[in-house]
Amino acid sequence: MLVLERVGKTYPNGVHALGGVSLEVELGEIVAVIGGSGCGKSTLLRTISGLDPSSEGSVVLDGERIIAPHEKIGIIFQEPRLLPWLKVADNVGFGLGDRPKSERAHRVAAALKRVGLADKAGVWPRELSGGQAQRVAIARALVPRPEVLLLDEPFSALDAFTRADLQDHLLDLWTDLRPTLILVTHDVDEAIVLADRIMVMCPRPGRVFEDIGVDLPRPRDRQSAAFDFAKRRVLAALDRSLQRVPSGAEDEPKAEAGAALWW
Amino acid sequence: MSLVGMSIIVEGSPAQERTARNRWARLTRPALGFVLPVTLAVTWEFVVRMGWASGRLAPPPSVIFATFVDLARTGDLQRNTLVTLGRVAAGFGLGAGVATIVGAAAGYSPLVRRLLDPSLQALRAIPSIAWVPLFILWLGIFEASKVTLIAVGVFFPVYLGLMGAIQSVDRKLVEVGRAFRLSDVAMVRRILLPAVLPAYVISLRSGLGLGWMFVVAAELMGASEGLGYLLIDGQQLGKPAEIVTAIVAFAIVGKATDWLIALVATPFLRWEDVVRQD
Ligand SMILES: Nc1ncnc2c1ncn2[C@@H]1O[C@H](COP(=O)(O)OP(=O)(O)OP(=O)(O)O)[C@@H](O)[C@H]1O
Ligand SMILES: [Mg+2]
Repeated sequence: MLVLERVGKTYPNGVHALGGVSLEVELGEIVAVIGGSGCGKSTLLRTISGLDPSSEGSVVLDGERIIAPHEKIGIIFQEPRLLPWLKVADNVGFGLGDRPKSERAHRVAAALKRVGLADKAGVWPRELSGGQAQRVAIARALVPRPEVLLLDEPFSALDAFTRADLQDHLLDLWTDLRPTLILVTHDVDEAIVLADRIMVMCPRPGRVFEDIGVDLPRPRDRQSAAFDFAKRRVLAALDRSLQRVPSGAEDEPKAEAGAALWW
Repeated sequence: MSLVGMSIIVEGSPAQERTARNRWARLTRPALGFVLPVTLAVTWEFVVRMGWASGRLAPPPSVIFATFVDLARTGDLQRNTLVTLGRVAAGFGLGAGVATIVGAAAGYSPLVRRLLDPSLQALRAIPSIAWVPLFILWLGIFEASKVTLIAVGVFFPVYLGLMGAIQSVDRKLVEVGRAFRLSDVAMVRRILLPAVLPAYVISLRSGLGLGWMFVVAAELMGASEGLGYLLIDGQQLGKPAEIVTAIVAFAIVGKATDWLIALVATPFLRWEDVVRQD
């Protein structure tokens, strides 16, 4: 279980990006984080990943405090960030540097097959399309079998069709491996298709504005009335989260810890 | 059926034509670059043969070739080339070695950079040839001062290239390394080194180019052997063909060493090849 306790982050330049986010995520849960631009979503994710440790509060995974990148936590960025000097297979195996060669080859092949790119093992990253590259990045993050997978707008640079395709891929992977997924997105549809819970964040400092459960059976039908209803609910929450920002109030007093409104 | 067959034929023939044309273009395009020099050489040879010019100060190609063969037969050409090559190798090794260490340290550590870079930039402002008298005073007129001058010439492009390359390594890729919990050593080996290599090879090649330039300067200023000595010898004895022979030897050896670096680096830089189509 992943537990965030009043996680706050102030950047060295004085920006108060996160003000006390508290959150509990069960193993295997899919949480989508959504909110206006600059409300601290990436900051939150980077804090959980240990890349940028929090300045207040704590992130605890299975009783262990996360202050640096951890083997149980994988992260996928907005761009694939493949290493251009490694073939696709070596990119996928990047996180297995210390394992014996045969095991590495085996796991890399399995991961590539799972994202549907078994035939691309021997090509250079620059020979991939954007969607393929992002799939390789997903495979790379999955190969060390993380318990928690963090995704920061992983599909936002892709066209709508590829995006829907990769969402399905991600769900398939999740069905097989059941990692905890925490996904930052700007796309309300994406959040509802994927998530068990949608956290709406609001800015200055970033905090949880609303925590909306999505109780729809999978696979979810984007055309259904229930989907539409959930979507309207999230959009309304987003609207409210943005209206709460007094114009020009950069240094609004910090919200009370865990000011999440449940409904 | 027939439609399919037809479409294959229809699409096939222009494609075949195109590959044929490509092959032809691949053969002729480099040849195009030879047109001008060959025309000039042939014209000059003709002019001298016809007696329209004496060719005493500007010998025709046949005389240059004969001199080249002569010098090669006596072994003078090889010996002098080897001497020069040895000086460049020593100077390049020294300059590039020190530049690699200092450049890596300055690129990696802001402290080292702030400490060293201003002084090095100030030194760089001095035209390197200006050091020659001082080097001769300090190190004598023999090998040490020559090698030092070459090393100074090689140092700056390599230092600047490597430091710049390290500083401009994509931080996003470094972050990938951090996310996978690479140790410092692994980070250098698996991320920094490959990321820096293309720019480093380029800087080595431009350093080598400067090394060749500076070996000429060093040898012109006094040497009893080396290709630069052949230049001076040709000038003092009024043998322009010997000068041109030495120049040609410089060009050949210089290009060959550059090609050697490129060749050694190729397998490591294959990923960088751009699929080029013109
Ligand atoms: N490295 C940094 N140094 C200083 N300030 C930062 C840094 N990264 C982000 N910020 C600031 O922190 C706040 C939150 O940024 P963050 O990137 O987390 O927002 P976000 O919700 O991910 O936005 P977006 O949806 O546009 O990606 C912003 O005001 C931003 O300017
Ligand atoms: Mg962001």
